[in-house]
Parts: sequence; C-alpha cells; structure tokens
Amino acid sequence: MQTTDIGYWSVPLAIVGGAIRVSTPFIFVSLGETITERAGRANIGLEGILIFGAMSAYATAVLSNSPWLGVAAAGVSGIAAGLLHGWICKFPRVNDIAIGIALMLLGTGLAFFFGKAFIQPSAPRLPAISLGFWSDIPQLRAALDVNALFVIGAALAVFLQWAFRNTRAGLILRTVGDSSDAARAMGIDPDRVRLLATAAGGGLAAIGGGYLSLYYPGSWNESISSGQGLMAVALVVFSRWNPLGCFAAALLFGGAGALGPALQSVGVTHGYYLFYAAPYALTLAIMIATSSPGRALAGAPCELSITR
Amino acid sequence: MTETITDDPARRGERRDFATERAWIARRAEPLVIVAASLLAGCGLFSLLLLTLDKSPAQFFELLWRGGFGSWFSVQNMLSRTAPLLLAGLCVALPARLGLLIIGGEGAIALGGVAAAATGSALSSAPAPLVIAAMALAGMAAGGAWIGAIGALRHYRAVNETISGLLMAYIAIALMNHLVEGPLRDSASLNKPSTAPLPDADRIGAIPGTDVHWGLAVGIACCFLASVLIEKTSWGFAARISGGNLRAARIQGLPVGALIVAFCALAGAAAGLCGMIEVAAVHGAANASLASGYGYTGILVAFLARQNPLAIIPVAMLLGGVGAAGGLIQRRMELPDATILVLQGMVFIVVLFAETLYGRFHIFTPERWARKG
Repeated sequence: MQTTDIGYWSVPLAIVGGAIRVSTPFIFVSLGETITERAGRANIGLEGILIFGAMSAYATAVLSNSPWLGVAAAGVSGIAAGLLHGWICKFPRVNDIAIGIALMLLGTGLAFFFGKAFIQPSAPRLPAISLGFWSDIPQLRAALDVNALFVIGAALAVFLQWAFRNTRAGLILRTVGDSSDAARAMGIDPDRVRLLATAAGGGLAAIGGGYLSLYYPGSWNESISSGQGLMAVALVVFSRWNPLGCFAAALLFGGAGALGPALQSVGVTHGYYLFYAAPYALTLAIMIATSSPGRALAGAPCELSITR
Repeated sequence: MTETITDDPARRGERRDFATERAWIARRAEPLVIVAASLLAGCGLFSLLLLTLDKSPAQFFELLWRGGFGSWFSVQNMLSRTAPLLLAGLCVALPARLGLLIIGGEGAIALGGVAAAATGSALSSAPAPLVIAAMALAGMAAGGAWIGAIGALRHYRAVNETISGLLMAYIAIALMNHLVEGPLRDSASLNKPSTAPLPDADRIGAIPGTDVHWGLAVGIACCFLASVLIEKTSWGFAARISGGNLRAARIQGLPVGALIVAFCALAGAAAGLCGMIEVAAVHGAANASLASGYGYTGILVAFLARQNPLAIIPVAMLLGGVGAAGGLIQRRMELPDATILVLQGMVFIVVLFAETLYGRFHIFTPERWARKG
C-alpha cells in the first residue's frame, strides 16, 4: 500500500483510528461492569479476567484455528471467573472489592501460567470490516478498518440501554441493585441475581480480552493488557452506570491511549513514557472531577459498595 | 452457704480456673487457626492444579522447603526478600485499619526508589551516613506524598481509593520509566537504563555474619513501630474507631480527614522506604527492577496478617521464602515463572473467603471460656 504524505494530520487521524481500535476492550469491560454494578456488586477483578480471557481466546484460536471459537472460549472462561466471584461474595462478611483484588492477581497468574506455551505460535486474527472503502488515502482506510467486535459492542451498548429500562430482567437487576430488601419482598433472591450479573460481567470482560489477543494488538504476551480492565471499571462510575455513556467514554479512552504511539510515529519521542501514562492520568482526573463528597452520585445503585 | 462470691480468682483459692486467660487464648487463637487452615486449603487447591498437570505436589512442597527455608543459604535468601515485603505489607495494612483498601504500593516503591537514587547522586560528596539518611527521607517523602494524595482524594473528593491507588501505581511506574530513561539516566547504563550507580560507601551493607542487608532490621522495626502506633496511642485508637464505624467517629468529633491522610502518608512512607532500601541495598541504582511485584505481594502479606503489623513479620517471612524458592521450583519441575503467582492467588481467594468463618465456631468465643465453673 502506497502511503500519501499527510504530515501532522496523521496525529488526529491516528487518534480517531486508535479510538475505534483501542476502545473495543474498554467497551466490553465497562458494559460488563455496568451489568454487575447495576445489581449492586462491584467486581474490580475484571482486569484479571480480561487477561485470562485474552490468553484463553488466543490458545483456543491457535489450537482450533478459529478466532471466533477463541472468542467463545474467552467468554466461557470469563463467565466461570464471574461465577466464582459472585458465589464467594454471597457469604456474609466477604468483601467484594477484596475478592476483586484477589481475582485480579489469580487471573493474571493463571493466564501467565497456562499462556507460557502460546507466546510463540501465531493465532488466526479476527476479520476486519473496511468502512474506509470510499477514500483514496491509505491511512484513512487503515484507520477505518473496524472489527466486528466493535460493532457488536456498540449494538450491545444500545441494547443494554434499552433493556435496563424496558425488560423484566432489566427491572429486576435494577431493583436488586437499589434495594436488596425491596427485591426480597418481591420474592427475588438478590444473591442469585448478583451471581448471574457478575457472571455476565465476567464473560463480557473476557471477550474484551479476546479482542486484545486476537485483533489489536493481536498477539499474546505477558504485557497484553496495561490496565484496560481497571480503567474500564473506573469509566463505569464516570458514565454513571449508563451503557451509552460507557460507549462514549470508551471511545474517549481509546483516543487517549492512541496519543502516545501516534506522536511517536511523527517523531515526537521526548517524554514517550509520559504520553503512555495519559490514559491513567485522564481516568484519575475524570474520577476526581466527577466524584464528590457529601452527596450520593446521581444514578449510583444504592447497594453498591464502591461509591460509599 | 456461707461462701462469698468474689471476682478475684486468687481469693477463690483452688477454684481458680484461668477463665480470663482461656478467654484471651480463645480470642487470639481464632484468627491463627482460620488463617492457617485457609493457607492449607489454598495449598490443597494448588496441589489439585499440579496433579491435573501431572506434577507432584510432594516434590513442589519439598522444593519449596529446600529453596526457602531448608538451609542457611536459602534462609538468607528468604530474609533478603522478607525485608521489602514487610514494608510493602505495612503500606496495605495501615490504611486498612481505617477501612481503606489501598493497593498501589508498587507505585510508591518505584517513586521512593527513584527519589532516593536522585538524592544519593546529588549528595554523593557528603559523608555516607548523611547521604543514607537523606536518601531514606527522600524515599519516604516521595512515597508518603503519593499514597497520602490517594487518602486525601478519598476523603475530600470521595474518589474510590482502590481504583485511584491502582491508577496512581500505573502513573508512578510510567513516571519512573520516564525519569530513569530520560532526565536521570546514567549514560553508561546501556542495556538496562538506570540512574547513576551509588558509590559503595553510600550503600546499605549486610548484617554482620550474614548476606542479609540491614533493610530487614529496618522493616521489623517499622512493624513494631506501626503496632505501637495502632495499639497503644490515641491516634491509633481513633483510627481503629474510624475504621470500625466512620459515622460514629465523625459524631465523636474525631479528625477523620487528618487521620486518613496521616495514615495513608505513613503507609506510603513505608513503601517509599522499601524502594529506597531496594536501591541502596540491592540494585545500587534506580531502574525498572524496582517494579518487580513486591507491592502486589505486599497486599497478600497484609491480608494474611489480617492487617496486624506484628503478624506481618512471620507472614512476610513465609511469602519471602516462597519467593526465594520460586527459581528452584521452576527449574526442577519445569513450571512457568507464574507458578508462584498462581499459588499466591489461590491462597488469597481462600483467605478472603475464610473471613466468613469468623464467629461461626463456638470454641473460639471468649464468653464460652470466660464462663465460670
């Protein structure tokens, strides 16, 4: 492919392309965490589940030669991890945030343990959909190569936004998240709803991991994730437990994550590590700006421990 | 019935039944027994994993003993790894007494190490004791400011401290990489970017007769100091009240904000000191080796010790031994280097799960033993 010289225009273009490419794991993890937190429980361990999902997706894709089977395997592994979290947290005096920390360490450890053998072989990649076919500029076409999982994630955000308000399951989920007592009075078992919500959250987070290893960056190694799972959990608070908000925030974060490599590609290498820290600093700044003492956050599920 | 009833066991003569002592033992035994049982259960789970992979758990634990505790050589290796774990554990345990889960110790260790190395090279012409003291202070100040900021954000802006702590750890490590590869880089360090090496005189030496550096003694002293602070001072008492019931503490007029910031700053100072010791005693310069995971193992240390500073000492030795045996186990059993991480993760899950067991066993209730007759 012949490159057209577009100079510094490549920076905003790379940010747009990066926003689409980098945001997909954020979308899946934050939508998963939204489901879990709407039910009144927090799973901070999605980072570990994401890494384990990335490994199981890659390993399955290598062995079966099918990237979609890899995505399915990631989903199953994430659901299993979510069930573990949800089951343990049902017992009294067990702290869901602490279990999340432990799951983060265990998920990372297991992924590195079983993933050691899969660092060398290469897996088939997920296919991309080219949305830039109308343009002659190769960089633009490259930026608009969109993965199917991004489209699925966008559709899922719209669906969840609708389902939280308009379906029976959505209403049950929100009731449990706002008051266990009210749910119990209606004959709903809050522990069971939370178990399912945590399992769903884990499954989505692991699919986000599968995107990392099977599409972008598209390889499995021990530094595959640099805290995407954790930042996505922070995004949920910022987007006020709102699925469409999660989607928008994920795009913003994808753009921020693409800033460092984009500047490096046009020759700005000074302070590379500081640009690398931009997404973390941005997350923190957003958390500081949107949290406030003394009043409950608008839209926060009342039973949620992390906003207390 | 002429006998008078009295509470003084000595006056009751032969009827003294050591009720208070037995109640004390029962109360203290509960966490010991439950933590030990969950350690065993975690090792059991891990053994199951090994069995499914056709590896021998017996060989694993035999190598663990040999590599971590079995000989003078391995004991020294274990003790050298204990030193940073003591301080990293304190970084989690101190805020935890206030009910805060701050797990960003890794970042404070990295920044403490960089601050210490920068101070050391700036003062290289000064007398050695002065340089070492200044390095320790710089490391503690950097770590203290970093974790103290997390506490301040928690109190004044209600930012969740677990998430902000981890984000701050990522930022700190990026900052360390920037400083070590940029402004503070020693041009002589080619393969592994580092700050200028400290002169031998400014480095922390070994405890006489051993290969273990003085950081171990510093770490143990810090654990005792933290224990005195929490158990014997009014500040510690106020912190424990705030950790137990924040609203009650506020109603009592306790300075909750100052307590949170102060305890977080102390915790960060411990982690920063850990980074300084790693620089001055182990690496001789600040580089990427500072972020080698002690901060994360410290989380497990603190939870296994149930946030008790004195209990951190044996737990840190245990996990230090596990870390020391890691290399031997990998080589002999052909296991990946993440093996130890998996073992730690499994033990961690079981220990947290075991929180639900407290108060369920009647044998541990002090009232049962305090009852007379």
